[in-house]
Amino acid sequence: MSCDFTHTALHGYLDGELDASGSAEFERHLEGCRDCSKALEVEESLRSALLRSSLCESAPISLRKKIRAELDAATSSPARPRIAAWRWAAVAASILVVATISWYVWPRPGSVTRSVAPPPFTAAELIDAHIRSLQPGHLTDVASTDQHTVKPWFDGKLDFAPPVKDFADDGFSLIGGRLDVLGGRNVAVLVYARRKHFINVFVLPTKEPDTPIHPPGLRQGYQWLHWRHQGMEYCAVSDVSVADLHELAQLIYQ
Amino acid sequence: MSGIEQGSSSDVLDAHERARFEQLVLPHLDAAFNLARWLLKSREDSEDVTQEAMLRAYRFFRGFHGGDARAWLLQIVRNTCYTWLEKNRPVELMAEFDEELHAQPSVSPESLAIAGDNRERLSRALETLPPRFREVLVLRELEGCSYKEIATITAIPIGTVMSALARARKRLERALTQPPMQEANREL
Repeated sequence: MSCDFTHTALHGYLDGELDASGSAEFERHLEGCRDCSKALEVEESLRSALLRSSLCESAPISLRKKIRAELDAATSSPARPRIAAWRWAAVAASILVVATISWYVWPRPGSVTRSVAPPPFTAAELIDAHIRSLQPGHLTDVASTDQHTVKPWFDGKLDFAPPVKDFADDGFSLIGGRLDVLGGRNVAVLVYARRKHFINVFVLPTKEPDTPIHPPGLRQGYQWLHWRHQGMEYCAVSDVSVADLHELAQLIYQ
Repeated sequence: MSGIEQGSSSDVLDAHERARFEQLVLPHLDAAFNLARWLLKSREDSEDVTQEAMLRAYRFFRGFHGGDARAWLLQIVRNTCYTWLEKNRPVELMAEFDEELHAQPSVSPESLAIAGDNRERLSRALETLPPRFREVLVLRELEGCSYKEIATITAIPIGTVMSALARARKRLERALTQPPMQEANREL
């Protein structure tokens, strides 16, 4: 491989770290450079292999306990008259800790939807379904950029009709749809492409009232946004930036 | 030791500071452990080093004035890991040289997809990389850090993060698809 871009800009592009003009320049280059399009395919293949094999390792509970004990030892013991106040502070601190941990362990959909019903699937199921779709040949059952082809394809395959719209003019091209299973039930998935990234939009019917687009959840490097609108439950998942994901969510919401 | 760890370092924090630490820093314990685990390639050693780094972070917590708590913590974890490696496995840190990447044969996405499907093989390939390449990959691909965060954590200029990642990925691809001689022999 001789192209200079292969060793530099390609990686910034892959990581979503180029600015808009850098990105556009690289995309123009990509159209005419076989070296770079092949190299990009290789890098995407490596990335999806790394994601699929979930190499992240969590801290053991025993370590968590040991660290807490050490922090206790390094925290000032209060003077005697202030014991009561310190106790209250400790109680407040523990509540804060529990709240913080629950916030982080099960991020957005769970915690933000406290006042409303949570989605009928877990974050793990969602991300698994997203990762599975990125494996070769799994992304779409019907590959078409035409919403009038994708929409009828779902007829008879599901007991609901997902709204299908293409947003190519806004930079989100519909590339197809597929059936998937989420939380034990059949769902429709619309697949959009943003530059070289894919966005899966999971759609299923719901009896819950409308909810706005929730702040993003993050897991294993993927972000998702969840909302309900006109009897449908939506969840958009991708590795694109939150801003991009939000833009698409708003287009669909309208 | 890097800049952020300097500043006031009174050993004893009060309950209020403790609560703030629990809220801002402790949620990143998994990320801290994961970075240590991949730098040290051993869960057992990583537990000790993560514990030490966490305590160190606690002592320096007064010097943390807001911002990216995860990057702040991971920088301390990384420094603690390197200090540990220098002391216990100095050879590993020396075995770094940069080859000419342009001369490397290219890897096909198909062969990569096949090799990458084997978690063991992927994990072993990542472990064969020199620590400085391994860490940028772990931070980017496993922890989802931005270039800015990677630059903060690894103390390399932000302008070189991209090329460091490019080199690290090439090395990993090669390690995955072309196992070293001794390994090939061992498998026979």
